Parts: sequence; structure tokens; C-alpha cells
Amino acid sequence: MKMDAVFERSKTLTSVSTHYCPGCGHGIIHRLVAEVIDELVVREKTVVVAPVGCAVLLYNYFDLDAYEAAHGRAPAIATGCKRVHPELVVFTYQGDGDLAAIGTAEIVHAAARGEKITAVFVNNAIYGMTGGQMAPTTLIGQKTTTTTTGRIPERAGYPIRVCEMLATLEGAAYIARVSVTSPKNVIQAKKAIKKAFETQIKGLGFSLVEVLSQCPTNWHMTPAESIKWVDEKMAAYYPLGEFKVPKEA
Amino acid sequence: MGKIEVNEEFCKGCALCINFCSQKLIRVANHVSKKGYHPAEFSDPEGKCSGCTLCALICPDAAITVYREKKVTGEKK
Amino acid sequence: MTEKRFMAGNEAVAEAAVQAGCKYYFGYPITPQNEIGEYMSWRLPEVGGTFLQAESEVAAIYMVFGAAGAGARAMTSSSSPGISLMQEGISYISAAELPCVIVNMMRCGPGLGGIAPSQADYFQATKGGGHGDYHLLVLAPSTGQEAADLTMLAFDLADKYRNPVMVLGDGNIGQMMEPIEFRPLGTSSVLPRKDWALTGAMGRRSNLLKTLYLDPVILEKRNLANAQKLREAVKNEVRFESYLTEDADIVIAAYGTVARIAKTAIKNLREKGLKVGLLRPISLYPFPYQAFSQMAENVKNFLVVEMSMGQMLEDVKLAICGKSKVHFYNRVGGMVPSYDEITTQVERIVKEAR
Repeated sequence: MKMDAVFERSKTLTSVSTHYCPGCGHGIIHRLVAEVIDELVVREKTVVVAPVGCAVLLYNYFDLDAYEAAHGRAPAIATGCKRVHPELVVFTYQGDGDLAAIGTAEIVHAAARGEKITAVFVNNAIYGMTGGQMAPTTLIGQKTTTTTTGRIPERAGYPIRVCEMLATLEGAAYIARVSVTSPKNVIQAKKAIKKAFETQIKGLGFSLVEVLSQCPTNWHMTPAESIKWVDEKMAAYYPLGEFKVPKEA
Repeated sequence: MGKIEVNEEFCKGCALCINFCSQKLIRVANHVSKKGYHPAEFSDPEGKCSGCTLCALICPDAAITVYREKKVTGEKK
Repeated sequence: MTEKRFMAGNEAVAEAAVQAGCKYYFGYPITPQNEIGEYMSWRLPEVGGTFLQAESEVAAIYMVFGAAGAGARAMTSSSSPGISLMQEGISYISAAELPCVIVNMMRCGPGLGGIAPSQADYFQATKGGGHGDYHLLVLAPSTGQEAADLTMLAFDLADKYRNPVMVLGDGNIGQMMEPIEFRPLGTSSVLPRKDWALTGAMGRRSNLLKTLYLDPVILEKRNLANAQKLREAVKNEVRFESYLTEDADIVIAAYGTVARIAKTAIKNLREKGLKVGLLRPISLYPFPYQAFSQMAENVKNFLVVEMSMGQMLEDVKLAICGKSKVHFYNRVGGMVPSYDEITTQVERIVKEAR
């Protein structure tokens, strides 16, 4: 009985095993981005800008030309690159500290300028690499190492909804929020990532996909528990969906 | 008719695939892989795997390759 | 004979960059160098380049990082407080071995300070500024013409050494209008190809621009290799001007605007029969230590004149190493020394030496 491979490891992923924790959303998201790059056949004209965060070493996992950016500055570096080589596909891959804390100015202005770059925004409501501190996207009541009794608005303010904020900008062409908590959500996430890359390739403007991502280690949960937490708690505050679609159909 | 292969070079034993296999054909292996995890292990004695790829879709480490028997369409013999 | 154009130093720097093949300018407005960005905003589109006013100096320096990493000749400009904001980015650019040109038209500080000229960023420019072991090559023009010439040279040096190069001027140089002649160096054909640039991995291995090296063994090697690169620059790229020093009893040490003013003082002093000269560093890094050291064999009195509390002073003292007396005269806070003040200082030294 002959069987064909119907699902294989993407060519754009290297053969290096990632350092991410078991069950971490980064692994799934890396895979989806790599698959989209394969399907669009753009690997040889894609440049990635790596963040500071758990994904700081992502250039070891993607077979792409890559910059390592300073914390938060990836959209500025991507801008410099894309302005020199408009024909390339340039994307940033950033966590919630990189994009929504130190890098808020850079992402807002890249979107406002309508820079034809794509940002993959991985939101796990916590600072993973540095051991679990509060992020700008940490939920009210969520315990982190810097909000040990739970985030209280009077002390630590309110979480930021990045998609809703960026969608108000004229230069933003495609803004969507997805999750990777189930095969169904993974398929939707891949569709959104592909649409974001296509938005760039068609020259329609700035695109961003926010991916709600599980962090089993810093949430102190098993992988299975963590995907439930994304579905039940995160998606309640950060609704999934498309917030801006390009005017061109 | 299908089957999967789990690459222990990549599998970290997160067990999400086990979570989503509707036929319960994946289990946590007893042995420890070179990476120090109990990897996922495919066990399908009754040939129930349909090659649906749900396991591979959720795998954070791209550790799963899925095979499916190609349905041959055409004239009946 | 090429045409001379009457322009401000800031504009001359911008035009020189364009003629050197710079097609990418990223910056943020700050007095007294706004004319650089403003000039670029209309000139770069003329040559198919890109001008982008960034959201901050922080963003600007990283846009330079991006463009330089993509293989282009890119630059930014700012003034003291904005240059402070760029320090992290400069450390990254140097660590990633990327070429670029950064123009600092110094203004007085510290803090928000003022908008009048200063030379108080010397330490920041030559000793570090950003974290880690690295150095910028630093060129200090003293006239608008020199600002144009050195800007062109800066791009070549940046490509040659794969390192950022700073053109260190001040508000005076930036604002003053003079006739400028653009004399392209024409050397871009002999510069190394940028095989390391990020252009999409078509038919080649992926390129990576990174600065993170968690293994100390490797990071030490990188630091030592970079230092070796800088030693080559120290050997080959020292530049200075000796003005009337052959028979001098007293030599003034000054750079930039102050050196220019000192030349007028020297003219007056010579008319009074005093043998005064000027040793003017043009490259502040690498600093002309040897030139000062050799001169100190015969010259027993140096007068350092600076618009700072004594920054280049330390390098002059280091070079001279106690062989001669080093006097110091300074103005700060945006005050510019006049040639009369410098003349008075020299006369005082001559009197005390008798």
C-alpha cells in the first residue's frame, strides 16, 4: 500500500532543533511562517529581522537572510532594508516586550508610514526570556514575577490591544489576530500570515498578524493547560479576527 | 489509510499531538530520547490512522511527517 | 576647474554625501543641523535615493543599520543630544561591522543645553559613547570645504574598514556659508564588494548580521579581530595639519572651528614677532599622538584651545607625556573663543616663559 507524504517539515526551516520550551507557541508560528514562505516561493528574496526575546535566535531556525535587531527596533531596521530593496519580502518577528513596550514608537510609525513590511507579533502576555515579568499585554489579575499578586490597574495600568490600536492608522493595510491553540486555529493563523505576506508582495501597505501564543513555562502550566488559557482567558480580552483588510479585494 | 513518523531529533514531548489525535493513536513513549524527553510515539496496530494531519498541524517542532494512501481514481479494474 | 557653490556647511555635507554615492538618509530634526535633512529631502529623490524623517533618533540610527546591512551607503546626522540617543545603535552597527556615516554638528550641553557651538562631544565621539569595546573613526573639519571633503572620505573609510565613521563638526561649521567645490574621490571602484550584505539568499548561503555571541571564547575572538582592524586604521588613517610649526616656540593645539580662529590669532601674533604655530588634528580617531610627541621634542609650550572643559586636552597630554608644558584655554556653554582671547593667552604664556 503506497503512501505519499502529505505533511512534511518546511524547507525554509533549518535542521536545528529549537531551544523553545515544549509546547511553546513560537514553534508553531515559526513553522507556519516557514510554510507560507515555501508556498509563496519567496525564500530567496525574504529577509527576516529578529527581535530580542525568546525568539532572539530565530535566525538559527529559518534559512533566510537575517538581521539581529536591538530590542524594539526591528521595524526601523526593516524599514531601512525595505527602502533599499523594495523587491524583497521583509518581515519582523517580535514578542510583546519588543513590539508593545520598548518598540511601540517603531511599530506605530512603521504602520503609520505604510511601510511595506510585515510584522509577526507573538503575544504571550509575559516576558519569557527574562523569566516571566509583566508585559504590556499581561491581563488584569494575571500573576507574573513583577505582579506577584496579580496585575492591578491602579499600579500597573491596563493591557494594550495592539491590533485595535494599529488598525486606526491609514498606512496599516492588513491587521489580524489569530491563535494557535488547535489545528483549526492553526489553519486560520496560517491563512492570516499568508494574507499578510501577500499584502506586502502586492505593495498594499503595512501588515501585522498578532498571534496569541502559549507560554507553558512562565505561566506555570502544562502545554495542554496553556492552550486552554489562551482560548479561555486571552481570547476573551484579545478577540480573534481581522481588524483591517486591504481595500483591494 | 495513513501513518505518521515522529522525529525524535525534534520532538520535545509536549504532548499536544496526543491531545488532538481523535483516534488516540499517539502516546508518551516510555523511553527517553537523546534530547532527554519522553517523545511522542505512534502506535496504530489496527490501522485506524486516516492521515488527517491534525497532529502535525499542532506540533511546535515540525517533528511529524504524515503519510496518506493516495486514493486512485479511474476505471475500475 | 569645478564650479564653486555658495552654501552652508550643513548643505555642503549633504551634497558631498550624495556625490559620494549615498542614497539613503535617515534622521530627525535637531538644531543646528536641520539643513542637512532638509537638503536631503529634496536632493535624494533627484538621484533616486530615499530620505526618511524617522520618528526619533533612536529609530533613525536603526534605519541606518537596516540600510547599511542591505549593502547601501547610508547616513544620518544629528547634534549632541540626538547623538546621545544613537549611542546604542552605533555600538550595534560597529559590532555588526557595518559601514555608515554619522554627522554630529555639536551644540553646547550637557542636557538640552543650547544651540550654539561646542566641542564637548569629543569624549563621546572618540572614546566610546556606546557600550563595549569599539571605536568610531572620527574626522573633524574646520571649514565648510573641509566638511564636504571629509564627508566624501568618510564613506570610503566606512566601506574600507566596515565601521561607522563620524564627521564631527559644530553649529558654526554647519551654519556658516562659504564657496564650496565638490571634488569626488572616485575611489568606489576599488572598495571591497559587500558580499556580506542582506539582499535575499538567491543562489547563495543565507547571510546573517548579528551581534549576540553567548560563547565568551568566540566573543573574545571577535573583539580582538575588531581591535586588529582598528589598528590598521590607526596605522593608515591619521590626518592632521601642521601650520607654521617649523620654527614655532609655542604650538596651539585645536581642531574644528577653534583651529580656524586660532589661525587668525597666529597671523596677528606672527606680525608681532612671536613664533607660534598650530597643530590641528583632522582625524580625532585615530588621534595624531605621534605628531604631538615628535613636536614636543623641540616645542616646549603647547596651548590647547577647546570649546569644552578639556577633552582633547587629555589626548594632547597623553601624547606629549610630560615632555613639554601643556596650557589650556577654553570657552563653554556655547561661547566661542575669539582670536583676541587666544592671542592674549599666547602672549601670557610667552611672558611667563621668559
